[in-house]
Amino acid sequence: MALDDRKLSATEERLAAMTMPEVGCTADARQAALARVRAMGLPGRRDEYWKYTRPDTLVQPKALPAAVFDGDETPLFDAIDRLKIVFVDGVYNAGLSDELELEGVQIDRLEDICCQKNHWAEDLYGTLETNGQSPVERPLAALNTAFAGDGVAIRVTGKPSKPISLIYIHDAEDSDVFLHHVVRVENGAEATILENGPAAARFNKCMEIDIADRGALHHVRAQGRDHERRAATHMFARLGQESVFKTFTLTANGVMTRNEVVLELTGDDAIAHVAGAALGDGDFHHDDTVFITHEGVNCESRQVFKKVLCNGATGVFQGKILVKQSAQKTDGYQISQSLLLDDDSQFYAKPELEIYADDVACSHGSTSGAIDEDALFYLRARGVPHGTATDLLTLAFLAEAVEEIEDEALADDILTRLEGWLTRRRHG
Amino acid sequence: MLEIKDLKVKLEEENKQILKGVNLKVEPGTVHAIMGPNGSGKSTLSYVLSGRGGYEVTDGSATLEGNDLLELEAEDRAAAGLFLAFQYPVEIPGVGNMTFLRTAVNAQRKARGEDEMSAAEFLKVVRAKAKTLKIDADMLKRPVNVGFSGGEKKRNEILQMAMLEPKMCILDETDSGLDVDAMKLVSEGVNALRDENRGFLVITHYQRLLDHIKPDVVHIMADGRIIKSGGPELALEVENNGYADILAEMA
Repeated sequence: MALDDRKLSATEERLAAMTMPEVGCTADARQAALARVRAMGLPGRRDEYWKYTRPDTLVQPKALPAAVFDGDETPLFDAIDRLKIVFVDGVYNAGLSDELELEGVQIDRLEDICCQKNHWAEDLYGTLETNGQSPVERPLAALNTAFAGDGVAIRVTGKPSKPISLIYIHDAEDSDVFLHHVVRVENGAEATILENGPAAARFNKCMEIDIADRGALHHVRAQGRDHERRAATHMFARLGQESVFKTFTLTANGVMTRNEVVLELTGDDAIAHVAGAALGDGDFHHDDTVFITHEGVNCESRQVFKKVLCNGATGVFQGKILVKQSAQKTDGYQISQSLLLDDDSQFYAKPELEIYADDVACSHGSTSGAIDEDALFYLRARGVPHGTATDLLTLAFLAEAVEEIEDEALADDILTRLEGWLTRRRHG
Repeated sequence: MLEIKDLKVKLEEENKQILKGVNLKVEPGTVHAIMGPNGSGKSTLSYVLSGRGGYEVTDGSATLEGNDLLELEAEDRAAAGLFLAFQYPVEIPGVGNMTFLRTAVNAQRKARGEDEMSAAEFLKVVRAKAKTLKIDADMLKRPVNVGFSGGEKKRNEILQMAMLEPKMCILDETDSGLDVDAMKLVSEGVNALRDENRGFLVITHYQRLLDHIKPDVVHIMADGRIIKSGGPELALEVENNGYADILAEMA
C-alpha cells in the first residue's frame, strides 16, 4: 500500500536528517531495515496502533532538549555486585565500564561484530525485529536497526555469577540516541540483565533476545529520573522449549515513554512474564504496548502492569495475546491497572485476546480507580497520617508488579526507589 | 475522659439527621455499653467520634480529656488516645499486618513526641501480645485482614488495641460474627486492657458480650438519642423483653 503524502514526507524528512553508521557486517541488515522503514513509513497520529500516544516527538527530525537530572540520589542497583557496561549519551564508555569479561558470558560491542567473521550475532541483528513487524508494524524499531550507533552483543553460555548491568547516562541536553542490543541465551544457560538510566534527551532502544531451549533470562530495567526525556523502546524475544523470560520495568518520570514488548513463545513449555510499574506526576505520558504470540504447547505468559498517575499524567496499555492453533494448553494472564490519585489523570487500556486453539485458559482484566477510602480511613484511624497512609496503599497497589522480580535484592532496590518517589511527590 | 454533649449529626450527602442530641460521659476506668435497635445511630456515633468522612456535625461537642475531637483529623484523634475497633475490619491487600502495626505504633509515638519503637523491641512486644490472642506468626505476616476469618479479624482488632494502648476504646459490635469461643478470647483480650485510666464504650446488640465484658453503665439508644441509662440490669431487661417496652415507656 502506498503511503499517504503526509506520512511519506514525515518519513523522508526524518531519514534526511540521519546518517547510517559505518558498520561492516551489519550493513545488509541495516539496508534491509531502511527499506522496511520506507515501506511502512514512520508512525503518524492517525495510525491505529498510536491512537493513544502521539508519535510526533518521537518521529520528528530533531529531538527536543531535556534537562539532565541533577540530584544526589544513590544510583539504582548501586549495592549490587554486577558487571557494568556504561553508555554516555549512547556511546560506550570504556573508562566507566568494567572489563567485559565474566565467566559464562561473552560480551562484544556492536562494532566488534563487524570486525569478526561469522560472529554469532550477525544472524540475529535485525532478525527478531523483522519477525516482530507482523502482524503489526513497528517502524521505530526498524529505524533503530538501520541507524543504531552502538550497543552490545551478549551471549550467555553458562550461569554468570553476577548480573550484566547496562547503564545509560544522559549528559548532553539535546542528545538523540539509538542503541541496539542482541542477546542470545544458549541451551540451559541463565543470566540476569539490568538496565538503568535515561540515556538521552530522546532514546530509541531495541533489544533482540533469543532464548534457546531450557535457557532463562531475567531482566530488570529502570528508565531514569529525568523529567523531560523521551523514549521509544522495543524488546523482541523468542523463547525456545522450556525456556524462561521474566522482565520488569520501572518508569518514574519521563515526559514521553513508549515501551513495546514483542514475545514469541515458539517452543513448548516456555514461560514469559512481563511486568511494569509506572509512576507519573504531571507532564507524563507512558505507554506499554505488549504483543505475545503463543505457538508452542503448554506455555505460560503473564502480564502485570500497574500505573500510578496524578496531576494530569496519562497512562496507556495495549496488550495482546495471540494464541495460534498449535498452542494448546496455553495459560495466558493479563492484568493492567491504574491508580488515579486525582481527577485530572487518565488511563487508556486496550486488552486483546485472539485465540485459535480450543484448549486454553486465558484471562485478562483492567481496572482504573482511586485510593480505597475505607482502607485509607482504617489506616488513619490507627494513627497513620494521611500522606503516609496514601503511600502505603500506593505501594500495596504496585506490589503485584514488583513481586514479579524474583531476586529479592533487586526487588528491594526497586521498592526503595518507589518509596523515594512517593515521598518526594508529597514533599515537593 | 470522653465527654459528648448534645451531639447532632447529619449525613453529608443527604438531608438526614442521624444523631439528634447525644449526651454521654465516660469516666476513666469505666466500661459503658450502648445497646439499641438497628438504625438507632450506634455505629454512626462511633464513626463520628473516630473521624470518618461523610458526616456533618450540626451541633454539640465531643472531647477526649478536654481535647476537641471534632476539630482533629482521624489520625490525630488516634494519637490523642482514641481507638475504634471496627465492626467490619478492612482488608488491605499488599500491606503486611506487621508493617501496618509498626507504622501505626510509631506514627502515634511520633505525633506525641515520643521515641519510635525499634524493630527488635516492637517484634518482642507484638509476639507476646499476639500469643495471648492466639494470633500466630502467619497472621502477622499476611496482608492486613486479607483471608482472615471473622474471628481472626476481630482478634486482630484487639491486637491493634493492645499495641496502641489507647486511653479510650470504642468497640463497635465486636461480637458480631463471633462464635462462643472466639467471643471469650476477644473478651479476655479486652478485659486484660481494663485499668483505672482507660475508658471503654462497647456497642452491642446482645447481652451475651456483656457477660464477658462487664459494663458499669448501660445506655439504650434509639432514634439518635440515648433514651435510658442504668446499670448492667438494663442489658438483661433488653435481653428478656426486647426494646419494645423501653421504647413504649419513653414515648
